[in-house]
Amino acid sequence: MTRGPFAHMQVLQPGMFSVVQDLGRLGHQHHGVPVTGAMDEWSHRVANMLVGNADDAAVLECTLTGPAVQFSRDTLLAVCGAQVRITAGERPVPMGCAVLLRRGVTLAFGERSSGARMYLAVRGGFATTPVLGSRSTYLPGNFGGHEGRALRKNDRVPLAPSDPDAPTLVLERILVQSGLPFVAAARLGTELPDGSPEGVRFIPGPQWNAFSAEARERFVSQPFAISSRSNRMGYRLEGPGLRLTKPLEMISEATSFGTVQVPPDGQPIVLMADRQSAGGYPKIAYVASADLPRLAQALPGASIRFTPVAQQAAEQAWLDLEDRLALVREMAAHALT
Amino acid sequence: MQDAIPTIPPGRACGFAHRLTGWQIEPVGDRCLLVRLGDQVGAEASRTVQNVTAYLSSAGLPGVFDVVPAFTTVALHYQPLAFARGQGAASLQLARRIERLLGADIPALPVNDQVIDIPACYGGEYGPDLEDVARRCGLTADEVVGLHSATPMSLYVYFFSPGNPFFGPVDPRLKVPRRATPRLLVEAGSVAIANGITSIYQTALPGGWNVIARTPWSMFDVTKTPPTRMQPGARVRFHPISPSQFAQMQEPRS
Repeated sequence: MTRGPFAHMQVLQPGMFSVVQDLGRLGHQHHGVPVTGAMDEWSHRVANMLVGNADDAAVLECTLTGPAVQFSRDTLLAVCGAQVRITAGERPVPMGCAVLLRRGVTLAFGERSSGARMYLAVRGGFATTPVLGSRSTYLPGNFGGHEGRALRKNDRVPLAPSDPDAPTLVLERILVQSGLPFVAAARLGTELPDGSPEGVRFIPGPQWNAFSAEARERFVSQPFAISSRSNRMGYRLEGPGLRLTKPLEMISEATSFGTVQVPPDGQPIVLMADRQSAGGYPKIAYVASADLPRLAQALPGASIRFTPVAQQAAEQAWLDLEDRLALVREMAAHALT
Repeated sequence: MQDAIPTIPPGRACGFAHRLTGWQIEPVGDRCLLVRLGDQVGAEASRTVQNVTAYLSSAGLPGVFDVVPAFTTVALHYQPLAFARGQGAASLQLARRIERLLGADIPALPVNDQVIDIPACYGGEYGPDLEDVARRCGLTADEVVGLHSATPMSLYVYFFSPGNPFFGPVDPRLKVPRRATPRLLVEAGSVAIANGITSIYQTALPGGWNVIARTPWSMFDVTKTPPTRMQPGARVRFHPISPSQFAQMQEPRS
């Protein structure tokens, strides 16, 4: 492997919207700075695990269409999230496992069959300059990630220098001997557990009872469509209008990933990764954290249904997810050695 | 992580200690708790929020990675995995710890007497809603400027966008609601009022507040630690300047 600090990923085609993200800019919400970070935390963390990274290493989040890239050194990488056809040197590259790609070989993302966002992790992570302790891109503020923006053609994104003390991987030996454009480790079961295809579990929010009985009934019984005006800040939903029993004077207070607020037009908004640090609309619900990765993979136009869940059950669902991630981490480490 | 929140060394009270009343804890989903400290926006609520934020930030609560103040609430974002299994839900375990901390006297941050003068050019192209605010309040434009710039206010909190501060209390004679029709773009630096609070648009954004002035100051610099020019609890006063002074004083924005 070429060593040194100047290894990089060269962008041949940027894809529609490819941004560097880690697990978010924590500890600066009191400056009004949004957390940002990966929309699909599950795929982000799994992709990192597959290449032996810490969960919070910076990865590339690609929305709808993926990029075409080359690396200046042999690079261990993994792609998780939306299902997409990927090739390297004309050969199909598997998702959900570690892949050692030969330097200079083009990794190209093609047709996507399901999901909205792909996560490309490289061993060591992308080494863009951290801003306020994070490499996450915050697009409205033009900071973080690669120059505070989505990738463009001809960008060179820095890679973390490879660890000179790291033991040689089996994949590295095979790549040297084979002459192939890439070699892949065994595929692992990295899917989200407990799939409920269109049910999004929610805990009733603090203003649940301020909504009319009809609104509460509609919220759980009728589908909502994800609007095309959705983005990393929030998913705007279109469905039956949700009305309060009487107007409510709200004082802005902290929001979280998955807070469902309802502005006066009655159409709910699910706050996502780039959410503002506080909000002043009535909060009808909180999406269970365990279902946020699935929601993050839903496309505009998709229909979702809300299913109520008790606080304790939502908390348990998240712990189950963490347990599953711990298992994936173990399997991934095993697959690399 | 909480660099800009002044922290109180454990076991050492600064200023005076005070006992909280009427607070409550509620979940914000399954990875965040909120401490509700009151239901009125104001200087006193803001001081309580800042004291509680500083105290809880320095308390070393397990799994808590972000303590976020708002006008009357403090949110604690936490990692559920940090709590023991089989001892109840993580939210309940954390709530019990917070209850113990807030049930006793909590230390108060020292009161800051220093007043920061924020330059502001009122009216004209810098304050397109000044005349309208004056009309709705039954005052002249000069009286509005006088009331807005006369008495010191407190920096309550930042939110909405990076470095976007909210100050109060605004003189009660200037009580106006938001504009009926929000602007598609409010210029960066705009000083605006609504519902007894005044704010500075750090960046150009859509917005529905009444813009009465513009400051040449930049309130946020991402390359600095902390990135905000002044911290919650700061005492400020708006200081009227002329358009030519504005031009001389204008700062670049990152």
